[in-house]
Amino acid sequence: MGNAHSAHAGHDDHHGAPSSIWARWVTTTNHKDIGTMYLVFAGAMFLIGGLMAMVIRAELFKPGLQFVDPAFFNSMTTVHALAMIFGGMMPAWTGLANWMIPMQVGAPDMALPRLNNFSFWILPFAWLILVATLFMPGGAPAGGWTLYPPLVLQGGDSLPMAIFAVHLMGASSIMGAINVIVTIMNMRAPGMTLLRMPLFCWTWLITAYLLILVMPVLAGAVTMLLTDHFFGTSFFNAAGGGDPVMFQHIFWFFGHPEVYILILPSFGVVSEILPTFSRKPLFGYESMVYATASIGFLSFIVWAHHMFTTGMPLAGELFFMLTTMLIAVPTGVKVFNWSATMWKGSISFEPPMLWAVSFLFMFTIGGFSGLMLAIAPADFQYHDTYFVVAHFHYVLVPGALFAIIGAVYYWLPKWSGHMYNMSLAKWHFWLSTIFVNVLFFPQHFLGLAGMPRRIPDYSTQFADWNMVSSIGAFGFALSQVLFLVLIWKTVKGGAKATDQVWEGARGLEWNLPSPAPYHTWEKAPAEAAIIQASPTGH
Amino acid sequence: MSTNSDTHHDASTYYVPHGSQWPILGSVALFTLMTGVISYLNEWAGGWAFIPGALLLAVMFFGWFSTVIGENEKGMYNLDVDKSFRMGMMWFIISEVMFFAAFFGALFYARELSVPWIGGDGVKIFTKLLLWNDYSPAWPTNGPARVGGHADGSFETIHAFGLPAINTALLLTSGVTITIAHHALRAGNRKVLGTFLAATWLLGFIFVYLQATEYHEAYTELGLKLSTGIYGSTFFMLTGFHGLHVTIGAIMLFVIWARCMKGHFTAQRHFAFEAVAWYWHFVDVVWLILFVFVYWI
Amino acid sequence: MLRKPGSLSAVAAFVAALAAPAAHAEWGLNMTRGVTQISRDVYSLHMTIFWWCVAIAVFVFGWMVVSLVKFRKSKGAIPDTAMVHSTKAEIIWTVIPVVILVILAVPSARTLIQIDDSSKTQLSIKVTGFQWKWQYDYLDKGVSYFSTLKRDSDAARQMNSGIDVNGVDNYLLDVDNPLVVPVGTKVRVLITAQDVIHAWWVPAFAVKKDAIPGFVNEAWFEVDADKTGTYRGQCTELCGRDHGFMPIVVKAVSKEDFEAWLKAKQDEQKQASLPAPATAG
Ligand code: HEA
Ligand code: HEA
Ligand code: CUA
Ligand SMILES: [Cu+2]
Repeated sequence: MGNAHSAHAGHDDHHGAPSSIWARWVTTTNHKDIGTMYLVFAGAMFLIGGLMAMVIRAELFKPGLQFVDPAFFNSMTTVHALAMIFGGMMPAWTGLANWMIPMQVGAPDMALPRLNNFSFWILPFAWLILVATLFMPGGAPAGGWTLYPPLVLQGGDSLPMAIFAVHLMGASSIMGAINVIVTIMNMRAPGMTLLRMPLFCWTWLITAYLLILVMPVLAGAVTMLLTDHFFGTSFFNAAGGGDPVMFQHIFWFFGHPEVYILILPSFGVVSEILPTFSRKPLFGYESMVYATASIGFLSFIVWAHHMFTTGMPLAGELFFMLTTMLIAVPTGVKVFNWSATMWKGSISFEPPMLWAVSFLFMFTIGGFSGLMLAIAPADFQYHDTYFVVAHFHYVLVPGALFAIIGAVYYWLPKWSGHMYNMSLAKWHFWLSTIFVNVLFFPQHFLGLAGMPRRIPDYSTQFADWNMVSSIGAFGFALSQVLFLVLIWKTVKGGAKATDQVWEGARGLEWNLPSPAPYHTWEKAPAEAAIIQASPTGH
Repeated sequence: MSTNSDTHHDASTYYVPHGSQWPILGSVALFTLMTGVISYLNEWAGGWAFIPGALLLAVMFFGWFSTVIGENEKGMYNLDVDKSFRMGMMWFIISEVMFFAAFFGALFYARELSVPWIGGDGVKIFTKLLLWNDYSPAWPTNGPARVGGHADGSFETIHAFGLPAINTALLLTSGVTITIAHHALRAGNRKVLGTFLAATWLLGFIFVYLQATEYHEAYTELGLKLSTGIYGSTFFMLTGFHGLHVTIGAIMLFVIWARCMKGHFTAQRHFAFEAVAWYWHFVDVVWLILFVFVYWI
Repeated sequence: MLRKPGSLSAVAAFVAALAAPAAHAEWGLNMTRGVTQISRDVYSLHMTIFWWCVAIAVFVFGWMVVSLVKFRKSKGAIPDTAMVHSTKAEIIWTVIPVVILVILAVPSARTLIQIDDSSKTQLSIKVTGFQWKWQYDYLDKGVSYFSTLKRDSDAARQMNSGIDVNGVDNYLLDVDNPLVVPVGTKVRVLITAQDVIHAWWVPAFAVKKDAIPGFVNEAWFEVDADKTGTYRGQCTELCGRDHGFMPIVVKAVSKEDFEAWLKAKQDEQKQASLPAPATAG
């Protein structure tokens, strides 16, 4: 290993990063810089969304209204979710894709570098528009992140702002997805066959397909909201022959694939971390690829499981119940393959591995509650209660977010060239894992006991578990400060990281120096190196 | 403009541009445009609010495409870059297809589900009995409250085999002319290329013109407006977004025609031409589906 | 979810015990069994899926834990790098979940079909959601009234009201005029809304249906003949500022009491000479 890059390491020198801020960050077309900007932006949005979650949890700490007006509470819930999903999670994944995909497939950059810059820079502007609503007299959108009409149409001045922010974010995602697809399909180094790609690339490829197929549908849905409100159309108005529930169908046709957009790259990350720290190739590589594709496909025909209580005809309820249950099968294949990867391995618990293992357990718990929700008659009881909130936070927080954090721990030495403080990392991990359960596990009980979601105040029988949950929330959020400190310190300095960083790591990125030079793979890696680095070793 | 520092790029490798100010300008332009539209809708500002953003956007497109065309003409793009552009365009068109799919979905949902349900179909019998007792569902409809339309709530639709059929013929013909132009380009026959490409964008603009007349008639005589219930909503949103795409497509056709006139493109390499041709065919196919489901049945 | 939490909920409960000196009613953990046949069916479905999940969890988590303990590098584990694929294993872990899902799907579908069967109902009530109250119309009975959050709750829930909500009976779960229904009677509720979408939920009946403006959704329940009592629920679709403050209270009374109540209500409404509500079917 190492030969491929050392041959042109010198060549990289006269192609280093530009020194002016404008050229380095604003007009840049470098995938690593753009990746960094995406990650920093995502981190900021996670913090904003997290702060809003703290407002929610503070108000719910005990019964009675203590801090915020109910309307503002609804804004917090709405913008919390939008910030986490569209501001935090999706940009974080795109940032990771930017950093890693070119390095992993042996490409000199993303395929369409200018478009790449465009798709990033749209985002801060989109969020400027959305965040501005918080400071307007009428307040921020408060109809829930699902934007259901007719309620959302009561949103006043914030309505068109939210809608155009969504349009911009959608355009950004579509451009990002196009870039990922084209990079993977057209920029792979010679010899990097599709079945030699790391799973992170595979899962992102499928994610990109999902994005291209569903983001425009969301754009269409919110456009209909806009015209219903401003131009007198009747899409969601029965008096004119439309139907409010039609919006829900269109929204969830986007919305369900969207949740897999958030989780599929996590599957990829976990599929890279587990083999590395088990020192054993991923078990069932090909079946992982097929399972990912099946999940992607199934995600298009299950959407109405979010709408079991809307009064769909029986046939519809049966269909969507059964297809939803089916998703457990390919997801199960993944979980079993991961378990088999660890079986007979030689496991060590460096920080990335800790997060991946934590992901395995808690994503699976979230998957189980998902399966329970899929059972339509039971969903009549669960729907729109905290049981659902518990479900999706398990798959989103110790699921997708933990995978993102794990990815940062995995690749940070490659990005920064420094190793981080292991004991700080372990503190961060254990505090997060404990508190996230204190935060979200009791929400299952609250939901089953009958607490609806999206309420700022509740009857006293729910007081105890809410208090526990809030304590968990504050603990979890505070634990994340350790993460920020750790990242800051690692970027500033620390022990020099080796090229391979982790003993068992495979993949082309580990053939490159740490920190990865500004330009990599300007000369494609040799086929022998590709084969050696491939997940299956052939 | 600092767009590319390495003009002597080695064309045997994949060209990676170094820095470009167009995307940031584009982002600012979109932001300006969106805030303009928002201000207009919220009545914070008049219609002029659209102008600054639209101008910036136009500058951005012009600049960005000029840069790319310039680089291309200098021979900086190898075939891999060409392929990336093609793939990018293809996936962009697929995303557009999905945008239209949302509106077609709304049309089918209204026709097959919501309108019959309001009329008491299937499980929704009480919807009719308790809420809309004197409504008998039939397509086209502007709903039980007879929203929009003439003063008495009535409205007429446009007959498929009038203007729309002529428009269909125009678009189909334009599909043929652009194909002839493409063959001519590949055969190196510049004259035929120029003529047929010009015919294509002309047909496109005529289509838009006829569509505008049709809208005029709908608004002034038929009582068919955007606000005419679910029929008006789906009709105008589908045909409107289609018309917008035809307009954009025709402008793009005009641009590549102008480029052909300047001697751009070779028989082997003409990505921009093909991209526009694909786009045009996409617009064509959308129209056919529209013609069948919006105008005809 | 009684047993699943294990040590985690123990930690949670401990933390809470420190923070909240047992002032509150109960540590509610699980779904109610309810007071209708359907609600019991739903409850047993819920427990069935739950236990299946527990069983699968024991297996998968057990497998993982054994791997993590047994195959540690620090204990000198040597990786078996040849173990990369097994068609047999993959078939097994595809087929077994499918079988489990079929086992779950059958009773679920059966219950769903039962819930869908609203034939032979004996009483129809139209339920209309408003921002933020409910209206109940006893169809063909000339009885119609609104049901809103009770005064004392409403006063206590205002910000900085200074009222201790723990002192309010059924805080946020009480209304001025509850819905009154007879037990042992198949009651149909026809649910709609005036302004935005709401949802009508009574956990004890396992009925939750969206109230959609412009459309009428059907649901039904039949309270066991011996289960007279008061059953509480809430609006469960975000409907704006006071979504959290439009509870549902249903009083299930004996058939005789119901007739008497209905009679009294009819007289009262006739006297108030309210225009009779629109009636049909
Ligand atoms: C990352 C995000 C994510 C993921 C991965 C999932 C995964 C799943 N979700 Fe979840 N879901 C959300 C995010 C996600 N969800 C969100 C955000 C909402 C709420 C939105 C809102 O209303 O605001 C929601 C809501 C939601 C609902 C609607 C609830 C309601 O509103 O009433 C339903 C109903 O069916 C559902 C089901 C499922 C199922 C079946 C899965 C499956 O994919 C899970 C599959 C996994 C497993 C089952 C575990 C592993 C499998 C095995 C170990 C194999 C063996 C297992 C068996 C045979 C059982 N989800
Ligand atoms: C990705 C999605 C995501 C994430 C991460 C979270 C995180 C959290 N959520 Fe959220 N939540 C949603 C998605 C998410 N949520 C959605 C979709 C809804 C539904 C909204 C609706 O009903 O409309 C919801 C609703 C919701 C509710 C219900 C509100 C209601 O019904 O009224 C509650 C209540 O407790 C809650 C709490 C929390 C808490 C305490 C966290 C905590 O975990 C927050 C703490 C986190 C941080 C402080 C950030 C930490 C991250 C980093 C530091 C990473 C840095 C990363 C890089 C550098 C790359 N959330
Ligand atoms: Cu009514 Cu929520
Ligand atoms: Cu879903």
